[in-house]
Amino acid sequence: MNRTRRLKLQLFRIVVFVVLGAFFLVPFGAMFEFSTRGNGVDAPRTLESWSTIATYPSLVQAILASLELAAITSAVMLFLLLPTMIWVRLRLPRLNRAIEFICLLPLTIPAIVLVVGLSPVYLWMAENLSDSILTLALAYVILVLPYAYRALDAGLSAINVKTLSEAARSLGAGWGTVMWRVIAPNMSAALLNACLLSVALVLGEFTFANLLGYVNLQVEINQLGQANAGVSIAVSVASLLFAFVLLMVLSFVGAARQALRAKPRPSDPRLEAVWGQKA
Amino acid sequence: MTTTGESVTGSNLVTRTAGRPFRGGRRLPLDWVGAVPFLGYASLFLLLPTGIVLVGAFSSNEGGVILSNFGTLNQGYLIKSFVTSLTLSAVSAVVGAILGAALAYAVATGNPRGALRRMVSSACGVLAQFGGVTLAFAFIATIGGAGFITLWLQAHGLDIYARGVWLYELPGLVLVYLYFQIPLMVLVFLPALDGIRPQWREATESLGGNTWNYWRYIAGPLLMPAFLGATLLLFANGFSAYATAAALVSQGDAIVPIAIANLLSSETGLANPGEAKALAMGMIIIVAVVMFLYAVLQRRTARWLQ
Repeated sequence: MNRTRRLKLQLFRIVVFVVLGAFFLVPFGAMFEFSTRGNGVDAPRTLESWSTIATYPSLVQAILASLELAAITSAVMLFLLLPTMIWVRLRLPRLNRAIEFICLLPLTIPAIVLVVGLSPVYLWMAENLSDSILTLALAYVILVLPYAYRALDAGLSAINVKTLSEAARSLGAGWGTVMWRVIAPNMSAALLNACLLSVALVLGEFTFANLLGYVNLQVEINQLGQANAGVSIAVSVASLLFAFVLLMVLSFVGAARQALRAKPRPSDPRLEAVWGQKA
Repeated sequence: MTTTGESVTGSNLVTRTAGRPFRGGRRLPLDWVGAVPFLGYASLFLLLPTGIVLVGAFSSNEGGVILSNFGTLNQGYLIKSFVTSLTLSAVSAVVGAILGAALAYAVATGNPRGALRRMVSSACGVLAQFGGVTLAFAFIATIGGAGFITLWLQAHGLDIYARGVWLYELPGLVLVYLYFQIPLMVLVFLPALDGIRPQWREATESLGGNTWNYWRYIAGPLLMPAFLGATLLLFANGFSAYATAAALVSQGDAIVPIAIANLLSSETGLANPGEAKALAMGMIIIVAVVMFLYAVLQRRTARWLQ
């Protein structure tokens, strides 16, 4: 590579990084700036918006509801998906493609379309079973399927499921023991990965809750934004920071996992997502 | 191995064959039971809703089979919402693809194991999923009427809203959508750029080609399917997005997801589930076509860039 071309390339890279870096970073700074504004034009900086978060009972309630939803979604996802994936790998390999297709389907069906179909289901559930906001977790499991599937699939591919299960079975273990005491502990990073992704997704979810008529964190932030922009932006920043911490944990776990694994997989499931084919 | 037909009646078979030994060394149909909870759950919360949309699009609110749901789509504001949606997704996809490709190239030409690359790709992983209310508020705090940048520019004699507030309309939506489209492009396009080998450039040079020749005849044609495919993915991504627009746009330029939401909620007094399903089916068709083309291009890309 000659010198002028290298210089041009470096110049191009610096321009791209600075311009796009500003585009992505400035809104974060602006949110923080906005949430620390005082009342009035020349008022001094204040953390009032932050300290009043706890004085909005509906907001606290929404935060708690979203956290509960995140926990339930992760648990249901894990107990539903993990045994199925292990079972299919061991005993029903022919179903593998079908399960993968179903799991990746929510990526291609827009959430708003799913809501249209889910609203009669939820109407029925509200009348006959329960109208608690926690029923939303049932739909959220579908929403997190593609991401959880990818995470768990990566974990399962990294260990030798067949050998582990045959060894455990030949020593007299039942299927429950094989799954939860032999295979699961061997892929703890992937389990954590799948759970963190689910939590991050649920905490940021707006479409389902808003259109099915439940008030979760994002819906409440949106409503609050009409009345008190400062507080709702402060909560937004807080929830973002929380999600970032979660995803940082995840990327560290992912990096440790990557070092162990021979073949890294793309970080975004959409790369291989469509029609269940491998890219 | 059993056939698919038996899986449906698996439980009957279990009772009938439970006492029998393995048939020709094959497994008992009992294996199918293991997949039942997941398949049942997916049917209830994924396939049933999709089915409701597809069937509902063709039935009247009273239950007969009709096509009038599609007839009523022929209304000015609904057609306009499709046009707005398609414009928004197309513009944000093309601009996002170009800027994202530039960023991906800047990353790909750096140290493949460097901190910068790791940082950019994990940041992109986060930002590609970032959307909804928080994103809308971030931009309101930045370039809204009382936003940080707006005020700063005003203090320096520049009014970005001299010709009216555009943040809550199409141009504003495009800008906000770029915030998750560019990172998605980086994620999708980076592997393709990594497939480009420096030897190809050297070969071009040793044959007397210059930079323009290289991009025009070598790298361009190789990357084009990947680029177009990624653009289609971005299009589908932008077309499906609802939350960001819902938080940003209360009235005015409605996109299809917002039109569906209005038809779905009874608050506006315009509730029409049948029409909502017809609109939803329109979205499914468009996304399915786009994703099919994406899959075709993806296959073409995979042929060259391993």
